[in-house]
Amino acid sequence: MKNPLVRQALTLWVPLVLTYVIVLLLVQAGVVDAYMQVTIATICINIVLAVSLNLITGFTGQFSLGHAGFMAIGAYATALVTMRFDSIVGFIGGLLLGGIIAALVGFLIGLPTLRLRGDYIAIATLGMAEIIRILLQNFEFTNGAAGLSPVPQYMDWTWFFVLTVGSVMLIRNFVRSRQGRDAIAVREDEIAAESIGVNTTRSKVLAFTIGAFFGGVAGGMYASYFYVIKPEQFGFLKSIDILVIVVLGGLGSLSGSVIAAFLLAIISTLLQPFPGVRMILYALLLIVIMIFRPQGLLGNRELSLRLLPGLRKRRRDDAGTEAA
Amino acid sequence: MEQLAQQLVNGLALGSIYALIALGYTMVYGIIQLINFAHGDVYMVGAYVGYFCMVHLNLGFVESLVIAMAVCTVLGVVIERVAYKPLRKSTRIAVLITAIGVSLLLEYTMMFFVGADTRTYGVLPPFMEQSFNVGGVLITMKQIIIIGVSVLLMVVLQYIVRRTKVGKAMRAVSQDADAARLMGISVDNTISFTFALGSALAGAAGVLVGVYYNAINPLMGVLPGLKAFIAAVFGGIGLIPGALLGGYFIGAAETLVSGYWSSLYTDAVVFGILILVLIFKPTGLLGSNVREKV
Repeated sequence: MKNPLVRQALTLWVPLVLTYVIVLLLVQAGVVDAYMQVTIATICINIVLAVSLNLITGFTGQFSLGHAGFMAIGAYATALVTMRFDSIVGFIGGLLLGGIIAALVGFLIGLPTLRLRGDYIAIATLGMAEIIRILLQNFEFTNGAAGLSPVPQYMDWTWFFVLTVGSVMLIRNFVRSRQGRDAIAVREDEIAAESIGVNTTRSKVLAFTIGAFFGGVAGGMYASYFYVIKPEQFGFLKSIDILVIVVLGGLGSLSGSVIAAFLLAIISTLLQPFPGVRMILYALLLIVIMIFRPQGLLGNRELSLRLLPGLRKRRRDDAGTEAA
Repeated sequence: MEQLAQQLVNGLALGSIYALIALGYTMVYGIIQLINFAHGDVYMVGAYVGYFCMVHLNLGFVESLVIAMAVCTVLGVVIERVAYKPLRKSTRIAVLITAIGVSLLLEYTMMFFVGADTRTYGVLPPFMEQSFNVGGVLITMKQIIIIGVSVLLMVVLQYIVRRTKVGKAMRAVSQDADAARLMGISVDNTISFTFALGSALAGAAGVLVGVYYNAINPLMGVLPGLKAFIAAVFGGIGLIPGALLGGYFIGAAETLVSGYWSSLYTDAVVFGILILVLIFKPTGLLGSNVREKV
C-alpha cells in the first residue's frame, strides 16, 4: 500500500467504476424502475448543485441564497440550444453555454456585491435570482410562465455519472489548489487573509464564478432529463432546497454534500405520501441542525475510503520513505 | 397629473405597510445584527389572526387589530427565545439559516392547518367601504385607515424608543451590548422586547393588508417581507427613520412602476433597487460608513 497510485486506484477509481457498471447493469436488467431512475437523476443533479454551492458558501464563506438563479440560466440555455440543434453536439454545447452564461452572470453580480458583508451578499444573491426568474417569466423567447417543452432528452445514466463525478472532482481539485486555500483563508478570517497577501475580492469572485458555472451545468442536466422547465421551478424554495443539502452535509465538506443529497432523497421518497409534512420537516431539520450541530453531519471533514483500516495512509512508513 | 397623484396616494398606503414591517426588521437588525427572515411570516400570522377574529368571531376591526398584534407579540418572543437565543454565540450564517428555517416552519405549518388556498376577509363594515373624491383623486376609507393606523403606531413606537426606560435600554444594547450589560441592563430581556415590538407592528400590518387587498394565503409574507427588508436596507438598516423613508420609497416606486409601465416588473424593479443600493451605498441612504476594525 506504499504506492500512492495503487492507493488512489483502490480508494477512488475502482469503487467509482464498480458503481457505474453495477447501476448500468441494474438499469439494463430492468431492476431499477422508472421511479428509481428519476430519484437517481435527482440525486445526481442535487449533488452537482450542492457541491457547487458548498464551494461558495462552505469553503469561501459567502452566503448565497441565489443558486437556483444560476440553475435556471443553465436550464434555459441548454433547453433553447437543444431545441434548435437537436443533436449530441447541441446538447454538449448547450450545457457548456449554460455554464458559461451562469458563470458570467455570477462574475458580473459578484464583482460589485462581494465587497459587502456576509448577510448583505445573501440578500443581493437572492435579489439576483428573483430578477432572473421574473425576466424568464416575461421574456418572449423563453415562452413566459408556461416555460419550455419538450426539451430533447440526452441525459442518461452515463452522462449523469460523468457529469456528477466530473464536477465533484474538479471542485475538489480546486479546493485543494492554491486558490482553494486562499478561499478557505477568506472564510476563516477575511481581514487576516488580506493581511497575509490574499486578494480576497479575487478569491471570492473566483469561487463565485466557478460555483455559478457548475450551478448552470446542473440546470442543464435538469432540463435535458425532465423535458419541461418553467420559471417557477427555480424560485427561492429551490435555492433553499440546495442550501439544506449543503448545511446538512456540512459547510466545507464535499463528501458531506454528496451524502446529504442521498439522505434527503431517501427522506423525500419516504415522505412522498405526505407532501405537506415534507416542508415542515425540512424547516425543523434546518433549525435543529443549527442549534445542536451547526457544523452539519461531517463538519468540514471529508469522508473517503482512505479512512478504512488497511487502506489508511501509514504515516510512519511514508515519513520513512521520504527520509530515505 | 391626476394619475400621478392617484398613484402616489396608492403608494402611500402600500408604503405604510412596508414601513410597518420594515421597522421590525430594522430594530432586530440594529440590536442583534440578524436578518430575521421569519418576520414576513409573523405578518402573515397576523393576517390570519385578524381573519379569524373578523370572520369567525365576528369581532370589529379595532378589536381584531389589537388581538392580532397581541398574538404576534407572543409569537415573536417565542421565536426569539426558542430559535435564536441558543445561537447567541454562533456564527452569523448559522443564525441566518435558523431564521430561514423558522420562516419555512411558520409558512408550512400554517399551510398544513388552513390549506394553501387564498381566503378573503369577506364583507367589511360599511364605513370602511366609503371613498372620497378629492380633485379627481380617489381616496378610499381603507387607505385612510391604513395610513392613520400606521402613523399612530409609528408615533407610539417613537415614544417608546425615545422616552421610556426600556427604549433607552434598546438603544444602549444596539450601540454596545457588552457595555449595556455592565450598566446593569438585561440584554436578553431587551432583545425579547425588541422582537415583541417588531412583531406587534408586523401583526398590525398583516390585518391592514388583509383589509386592503381582501385576500390572504400562507405564503403572502414572503415577498412583502423581502421588500420590507429592502426598504430597511434602502433607508439604512438599524435606523428607525431609515425604515420609514425606505418603506414609503419602495411603496411609491412599486405603484409608479405598475401604473406607468407594467405590474409584471414591479418585483424585478424593487430587487434592482436593492442591488443598486448595495453597490453604491451599502449602508443605506441615512447610514454612515463604519470601518471594520481588527
